[in-house]
Amino acid sequence: MPELRRGEGLGVPVGNNVDILIAASGLEVVRGGRLILTVGEANVHAGEVVTLIGPNGAGKTTLVRAMLGLLHPGRGRIDRRPGLRIGYMPQRLSLDRAMPLTVERFLAMAVPGRGGGLNIGAVLEEVGAERVRKQPFQDLSGGELQRVLLARALLRGPDLLVLDEPAQGVDFTGQADLYRLIGDIRDRRGCGVLLVSHDLHLVMAATDRVICLNTHVCCAGHPEIVTRDPAYLALFGRQAAGAFAVYHHDHDHGHHPDGTVAPWPPGRGGCEPEPITKGPPSHSGHPGDG
Amino acid sequence: MDDFLIRALLGGMGIALISGPLGAFVSWRRMAFFGDTLAHGALLGIALGYLAGITADAGMILIGLAIAAILVALQRGKNHASDTLLAIVSHWALALGLVALSLTNGYGPGLRTILFGDILSASWGDVAWIAGCGAGVAIALLFLWRPLLAAAVDEELARVEGVPVAWVSFAFMALLAVVVALAMKMVGILLVTALLIIPAAAVRPLAATPEGMAAMSAVAGSLSVAGGLWGSFRFDTPAGPSIVVAALVLFALGAVVPAFLRR
Repeated sequence: MPELRRGEGLGVPVGNNVDILIAASGLEVVRGGRLILTVGEANVHAGEVVTLIGPNGAGKTTLVRAMLGLLHPGRGRIDRRPGLRIGYMPQRLSLDRAMPLTVERFLAMAVPGRGGGLNIGAVLEEVGAERVRKQPFQDLSGGELQRVLLARALLRGPDLLVLDEPAQGVDFTGQADLYRLIGDIRDRRGCGVLLVSHDLHLVMAATDRVICLNTHVCCAGHPEIVTRDPAYLALFGRQAAGAFAVYHHDHDHGHHPDGTVAPWPPGRGGCEPEPITKGPPSHSGHPGDG
Repeated sequence: MDDFLIRALLGGMGIALISGPLGAFVSWRRMAFFGDTLAHGALLGIALGYLAGITADAGMILIGLAIAAILVALQRGKNHASDTLLAIVSHWALALGLVALSLTNGYGPGLRTILFGDILSASWGDVAWIAGCGAGVAIALLFLWRPLLAAAVDEELARVEGVPVAWVSFAFMALLAVVVALAMKMVGILLVTALLIIPAAAVRPLAATPEGMAAMSAVAGSLSVAGGLWGSFRFDTPAGPSIVVAALVLFALGAVVPAFLRR
């Protein structure tokens, strides 16, 4: 199936597969009898920053959750390099205010049994949050919280960092700082980074490869190539121009207000770039799969 | 002091020492309603235990485990909010329990005792049973502490970091079922959740660490038992509800004292 290869191909040197940290292939995720995500292939190499972008409901978090093993896809497989250590930074924590917990204690929980041996101070300094070490966890500001969550992921000594919307709840300059920090961490530690984001401009500078999702892989590759890709422009044209509230694109489906996929009259064109042979529409191909 | 008061005090404190730390987890994991569901299930357990010819304790613990298993299974479906599921299971257990109880044709302790408990009639055998079960639960909790705490902070983060969250959660529910079965005899099924939640909530403003909160919660629970029994003896009020009233007094103090100290 040609469309299934498109996710990887672009921008990745062929035959360079020895350093793949994690790879999803032939993934199909069905929820409520509906196919919500199809990914032919998506992977992260060592030392590479891969960013998943796409509108709400595109399946970014679903793909990440499947790769982390938090969600069992109906079909497909996830391969991890043996012994892969993952540092995960969730979008938010479900931690209740009822639990008295300092930042230091929260971080000490990163590696069970090694609470004392972890260099919490150094990692907090690395993410620029050494001030909050003794503070109650629940009193952190949005930006501090993100840095502390990043510190927890780093404390695991990860080969792969998985960051789900790391800049959420952070102001604009804070976001730029955060992405710069993520780039620095990659340079320093040489770990792979899988990033979920919808802040287009900021994230591009710190990214080696972009995977543009909209319930399937629309296009993928180096940011400069992807941003000139018709599929990318179709998805993000208006959003990239600053109209964040509303986006609109020609596609083989539309979206309900909550981001779920709604059927669209056929023949409207897709998000696929023109030179590549068009595959079958990804949704209609697998009715009621699961 | 009379013998029966000593037995009530020892039994009540034995329960409070273990329900305090478990109650802390119940509050962190927002499982108060689950405590209620287990308590309602206990009624069914007593009735079925009687009908099946096993002890009430065994009946309650078995039903508690069944409820935990049912909820874990139902939550995987994700078609209903978990409080909807809890409400269904909770009231289903209560209704079925009342029906089953009526079939026992005037079973000994009677509904009133089941609903409100009877700590003052605790025997030395009851006290020993509480001590044994309590010690078992405490040891299990020590072993579970670290993964349970990780899951209470964030289940998904814990899963990614290798904690077997589903098993740990089920084990915690099982411990809770045992403690609810123990506490039910003392304060009755209507007030069991109070004994889990109120001491933990009372000490929250004073606690700086999870362990500190669990330990203080055990102490606050014991103080509630002592204060409640004293009040029950002094004012001739029912013992179980008096213990919960004492716990509420501690909760009010816990809310006021830190604010006062900060001045």
